[in-house]
Amino acid sequence: MGLEEKLPSGVVLTSVEKLAGYMRKNSLWPATFGLACCAIEMMAAGGGRYDLARFGMEVFRASPRQADLMIVAGRVSNKMAPVLRQIYDQMAAPKWVIAMGACASSGGMFNNYAIVQGVDHIVPVDIYLPGCPPRPEMLMDAILKLHAQISDEKLGPNRQKIIQEVEAAAMAAKPTHQLKGLLA
Amino acid sequence: MKREKNLSAGHGAFGSADTGDTSGYGGLVRTSTSWGSSERPFGSYFDEVVDDLERAYPDFADAIEQVVVYRGELTLHIKREKLVEVALILRNKLLFEVCLGVSGVHYPTQTDRQLHAVYPLLSMTHNRRIRLEVSVSEADPHIPSLVEVWGGNNWNERETFDMFGIIFDSHPGLTRILMPDDWRGHPQRKDYPLGGIPVEYKGATIPPPNDRRSYR
Amino acid sequence: MSTSSGPIVDPYASSLETTEGRVFSVTGGDWDSLVTEIGATKEERVVVNMGPQHPSTHGVLRLILELEGETITELRAGIGYLHTGIEKNAEYRSWTQGVTFVTRMDYLAPLFNETAYCLAVEKLLGITEDVPERASVIRVMMMELNRISSHMVALGTGALELGALSPMIFCFREREKVLDVFELIAGLRMNMAYVRPGGVAQDLPPNTLTKVRDTVKELRRDFKDNDKLLIGNTIWMKRTEGVGYLDLAGATTLGVTGPVLRSTGMPWDLRKMQPYSGYENYDFDVVTASTCDVYGRFLIRMNELEQSLRIIEQCVDKLEALVGAPVMVADKKIAWPSQLALGGDGMGNSLDHIREIMGTSMESLIHHFKLVTEGFRVPEGQVYTAVESPRGELGVHLVSDGGTRPYRVHFREPSFNNLQATSAMCEGSLIADVVAAVASIDPVMGGVDR
Repeated sequence: MGLEEKLPSGVVLTSVEKLAGYMRKNSLWPATFGLACCAIEMMAAGGGRYDLARFGMEVFRASPRQADLMIVAGRVSNKMAPVLRQIYDQMAAPKWVIAMGACASSGGMFNNYAIVQGVDHIVPVDIYLPGCPPRPEMLMDAILKLHAQISDEKLGPNRQKIIQEVEAAAMAAKPTHQLKGLLA
Repeated sequence: MKREKNLSAGHGAFGSADTGDTSGYGGLVRTSTSWGSSERPFGSYFDEVVDDLERAYPDFADAIEQVVVYRGELTLHIKREKLVEVALILRNKLLFEVCLGVSGVHYPTQTDRQLHAVYPLLSMTHNRRIRLEVSVSEADPHIPSLVEVWGGNNWNERETFDMFGIIFDSHPGLTRILMPDDWRGHPQRKDYPLGGIPVEYKGATIPPPNDRRSYR
Repeated sequence: MSTSSGPIVDPYASSLETTEGRVFSVTGGDWDSLVTEIGATKEERVVVNMGPQHPSTHGVLRLILELEGETITELRAGIGYLHTGIEKNAEYRSWTQGVTFVTRMDYLAPLFNETAYCLAVEKLLGITEDVPERASVIRVMMMELNRISSHMVALGTGALELGALSPMIFCFREREKVLDVFELIAGLRMNMAYVRPGGVAQDLPPNTLTKVRDTVKELRRDFKDNDKLLIGNTIWMKRTEGVGYLDLAGATTLGVTGPVLRSTGMPWDLRKMQPYSGYENYDFDVVTASTCDVYGRFLIRMNELEQSLRIIEQCVDKLEALVGAPVMVADKKIAWPSQLALGGDGMGNSLDHIREIMGTSMESLIHHFKLVTEGFRVPEGQVYTAVESPRGELGVHLVSDGGTRPYRVHFREPSFNNLQATSAMCEGSLIADVVAAVASIDPVMGGVDR
């Protein structure tokens, strides 16, 4: 407040973290990882009515090396799982993952031998998006939440601190089946 | 030809027996109708098809185990040794040009005939459909391949092998097609578990569909 | 590949023993044996792996191409990357719940999966004649709308892969209009589980017919955008004429049906040949082409859109005459109980129905409970029913053991057999032609792998 009022106009103050976050979120390029029904809703989100181009995201990069965001859209079978991991590994940091749909988040309705029960068994997921399939507007909401998350991401030692805090909290937390939910 | 234990006969109304059942439905006993060969006349074009086949194939009585007509569909149960001959005659003489794939079914209670392979056939010339069914036992699950007769059966036979373990002799490349290549077991057999895991919710854990108490 | 446990000897997947245990290589398939085989010969051959993650393979399809320059000498398709075990899962669910599983197989044409399955269940139950006419007409209308939306994705993604970006936007714009209608009628845009054994889940909401009529008018006007852009376009024709050739003999042997078969000139359409759901009462043409190539299949799909619009208009006329007719079979032991309508609180389950089952009729309450928890029982037997899906003949082989769950549900998916034809279509042509040929087959991997 004090310093900015005394600066000449045309100068903006920011922090490295905020600037980096702003840059990263404003043009996330998704990698094509459409597997099943959710992929069709993802394509519809890129279409004319629910336009992803307004976020700079209509370019779905075929090559993971050029992509920042992997939207895992659809059910991941056991045969596809190593491929998923390989594509994730081929992406360059910083990279984010949205698990789109119930099947990617948790195995969905397919609780059986063939489907991986949630892609977080294979890749670290930033946003879980439920739905079967989620509407394009829900996908955009997930992307906007991811944008908010990215613009607030810390860098350097701040980042290490946050990661450690989150991990400690997760280790100390009560397991889900012991929480008091609606069934208790 | 009789099946020894029919499918729908049995005890109890619930599939899984180890969850507590206080309903009394566990004492239910069901009997079922037996499946036998259908009597002539079969109706619509089925008589014509069976007659044509009998005329074109002298070994008819030896090869065809049963002729079943149910819900307007004809099923010919064939011995596996004669399968290729019958298939060739059906394709060449009776003009069933298209085979719509192979479907496997596993009946674990039918001793010596557990694995069935069902071939629906379509004749575009005559606009007719019939079905061939071959039964083999789990101990010797070999069926001659029909890829030479209808080339489209290639992948279908691979799928039936993958899912049921039926080995198609002289198939050009019998490998797994839907499961990963190093998978062990044949998933769609009845003794292969569904493989679900229990799901955690807040305050409860729900068992997977194969473990829940359910109606049979 | 043997079912007994013992040392894993698998010639098709190599494994290493490491300190962490056994590690299997990711290459999958017969990659290693292929490479060793080629390495043994003195020639230089290039083996390229397209997919399973690839923008132009219509889902998770893996194409293994053996190249000599740009020309393909051998093509193999690897599938199974989307295998979901739906058929096995359906054995653990009641007959009506099976609809929700089955609808996700061919996810671009969910209503066809549902209708084929329900027709098979109804055949086994013996109630095919008892399905009310209004339900059949609604089914036909929804199926034809689904055919339009499926062809839109096929055309849009096909054009996108060949470099034409605008048709993709046009096609998805039309698809959104159809999905609006689906949302109005069934509640969901995709995977609706709307068709149930015995009829459909709920009746049409008010104003549906006006909306459908308006949509048909808009679609008829907007399909011309694609026509003007692609038909007769020199570049498009150069990319698609003569490409992906498959003649009638090849198609029949391989069991290929649908637009690929009709592009050989054979007018085989199950809606005309073996009609179901009252298709014999509608006036429409079977579209064929005689060029056996990608351009012919493209023209067939474009013309099938117009035929579908004709059928939808006839459906709307019939529905106007059938207002108030039931949409579920009359037998209360089979009919899905609650006539879902939005109650006053905005939730499903009409208050009238709840008032009835809780207040007046004990039988209704019992039926509702038993039908939802246990489901109805289907007599023992097996049937095979087929419908004409946008990709070809979608067949259901259903086996019942007399219980409340299916004993075996097997879907004969058209894409599964049609994909076998890629080798026949593409060997000897260029890589760019593979893209066009696969696009013309229009495989949906959810159906292929189930």
